[in-house]
Amino acid sequence: MTTEPLETVQTANRGRPRNATPPIRAKARRASQRPRKSVTLTVLCAVMALYTLLPLAWLAINATKTQQNLFNSFGLWFKGFGFFSNVSNTFSYQHDIFGRWLLNTLLYVVVGAGGATMLATLAGYGLAKFDFAGKKAVFAIVIGAVAVPATALAVPTFLMFSKMGLTDTPWAIIIPSLISPFGLYLMWTFSADAVPAEIMESARMDGAGEFRTFFSVSLPLLGPGIVTVLLFNVVTTWNNYFLPLIMLKDQNWYPLTLGLSTWNDQAHTAGGDVVFNLVITGSVITIIPLIAAFLLLQRYWQSGLSAGSVKG
Amino acid sequence: MTITRRRGVLLGATALAVALAATACGSSSSSGGSKGSGGSAQSATVTDADLQAALTAGGNLTVWAWEPTLKKVVADFQTKYPNVHVNLVNAGTGNDEYKALQNAVQAGKGVPDVAHIEYYALPQFELTKSVANLDQFGAAALNGTFTPGPWNAVQSAGGVYGLPMDSGPMALFYNKTVFDKNGITTPPATWDEYIADAKKIHAADPTAYITNDTGDAGFTTSMIWQAGGKPYTVDGTNVGVNFATDPGTQKFTAAWQQLIDGHDLAPVSSWSDAWYQGMNTGKIASLTIGAWMPASLESGVKNGSGQWRVAPMPQWTAGGKVTSENGGSSLAVMKASTNQKLAYAFLKYATVDEGAQTRVDNGAFPATVKQLNSPDFLNKSDAYFGDQKINQVLAQSASEVAPGWSYLPFQVYANSVFNDTAGKAYIGGSSLADGLKAWQDASTKYAKDQGFTVK
Repeated sequence: MTTEPLETVQTANRGRPRNATPPIRAKARRASQRPRKSVTLTVLCAVMALYTLLPLAWLAINATKTQQNLFNSFGLWFKGFGFFSNVSNTFSYQHDIFGRWLLNTLLYVVVGAGGATMLATLAGYGLAKFDFAGKKAVFAIVIGAVAVPATALAVPTFLMFSKMGLTDTPWAIIIPSLISPFGLYLMWTFSADAVPAEIMESARMDGAGEFRTFFSVSLPLLGPGIVTVLLFNVVTTWNNYFLPLIMLKDQNWYPLTLGLSTWNDQAHTAGGDVVFNLVITGSVITIIPLIAAFLLLQRYWQSGLSAGSVKG
Repeated sequence: MTITRRRGVLLGATALAVALAATACGSSSSSGGSKGSGGSAQSATVTDADLQAALTAGGNLTVWAWEPTLKKVVADFQTKYPNVHVNLVNAGTGNDEYKALQNAVQAGKGVPDVAHIEYYALPQFELTKSVANLDQFGAAALNGTFTPGPWNAVQSAGGVYGLPMDSGPMALFYNKTVFDKNGITTPPATWDEYIADAKKIHAADPTAYITNDTGDAGFTTSMIWQAGGKPYTVDGTNVGVNFATDPGTQKFTAAWQQLIDGHDLAPVSSWSDAWYQGMNTGKIASLTIGAWMPASLESGVKNGSGQWRVAPMPQWTAGGKVTSENGGSSLAVMKASTNQKLAYAFLKYATVDEGAQTRVDNGAFPATVKQLNSPDFLNKSDAYFGDQKINQVLAQSASEVAPGWSYLPFQVYANSVFNDTAGKAYIGGSSLADGLKAWQDASTKYAKDQGFTVK
């Protein structure tokens, strides 16, 4: 149950910059050239915007309600105000474990998603700019890996990690998160276009080594691509549910997704403490960092998208 | 989520298949010799003195359980036996935990010493030889300690595979205020009366319902159980599933179909937020459910305080006295545990000795005869239920549970496909009888695929 509202909200949130912003920009551009309006498109966009924002609105509204008001009121309107007490209860419930889950999630995101982005950048750049034997095989493997959903790999990964004695440790989450075939593929195609061979040639002519060329010449050009891949990886790691579910048993290493789900499950248990208000408030707190990441990085990754489109 | 479930099931399937091969060899030898001849070295019964020695010596135990009152039990246990350290882990609730257990058993690592397993799921772990036979620790001597329903649920021909922790004899929990408002002065004594009341409530207020049901495998099997049905026949690896001609099943479908056809059931799934909301606003007026429900009502339906009451489960024949079990769970010792003796000592503490009372004091419904019949328990009046002595009704139900019921050795899988088959009846399009036939087909197909002999 928790994951459901969480997912809807997060897809909604993920969809927002993508769905809502381009039409506005496109409209503005079109308006300056030849003004044309489409009622159908406007209505369609409005419906889509409503559809994606509604769960978010529901979540925000209900985070202000106490457990009792949650049951006694209409879901899309306010009743009473208990947001601050909800927040403080969320953090203090079960011996302050929510803060610990928040820190765990941050750890998994910083090390896992950050590391995955770094590896994808290095590998993608290498594959795009250097020729070596077996490159076609690497290409086939990467494309194949993109096609395999992470969920399908979770159980075999569990069995392997179990043999290695890594289950129930943060490594069980971090190591699989470091691998991002899609990110690698994205960086590969992006590097191929964004870093002209001529610039690299001239850098080499000026006597720069491959590392110097990479760090001072190529890296700045790869910026938008890196931010895009980073955002993808951050969202994936932040929302990761199934992998921690099967890897971790120790609540002290849970990420937010899994922790909130256990709180939600309490309502499914005879005699369990029903804490829907804390689950909802916890979900709001959980998505705030994601919204912040999108708002802060929006500029970079949009320019990355458009850079590709202009070139293409 | 669906992918998740499918994965779990697949994995479970492999585990089952492997284990079946093992049972096929094992069963022939055990049928020839006397009971437990296979492990004769170990079969000498462990005495109480041995258990006491294990407790004094101490050690580490990992317990996977989600049951809330166990926290206090574990704390008390460690105070009493300071050399024992118990690591109580919530490895998920119900199905999540079973998946995790199967994964761990298959990996051969990270298996807990003790696991919390519901009655319907226990046969599966027994068949895959994941849980230890407790006969070797003298569990058979506990006969009479527990009420018949749960005791029957932890046993099979081969031995005892868990100790009952709680039980769920069914009763009718209803909101008296809502019933009164609709002119229903006495709670329905038969299912015919119940159906009439359901129509009365829904007719008076189209947003109000006597109960909710969107298709719940546990509830359905409990209802068939009460109606005298025996759709499942299990004898080792010979299984039979028969909903099509089982008389008890037909009694249930004939009655419930009327409620489905009249749209008299709230289209709300149990344990969802909408469910709690429905009960808080009085739109869901009753539940026929296990005796463990009071604690959940008090925690999740605060608005109903003082309004709810408990009545005996409605009967199939007027004046009848037959009930069934709904839910309930046991603690089992995992075979992979390296300290089974200590694990069993903990089981005994938590389910028979001091722990049983601690758990009842904290709101659990007992499976032990002693706690169930104690005057303190029976005479406790509950303010939430308008000072009614609800335990008298619930204890009465525990003594009237219909005997002879058994679940499938792969009930966890069967329940997971209930909504894809029988569940269709609840959203219209097919009858409940057809739906149960589809459930039967899915269950028998799975049984054949897993190497069971299907009758």
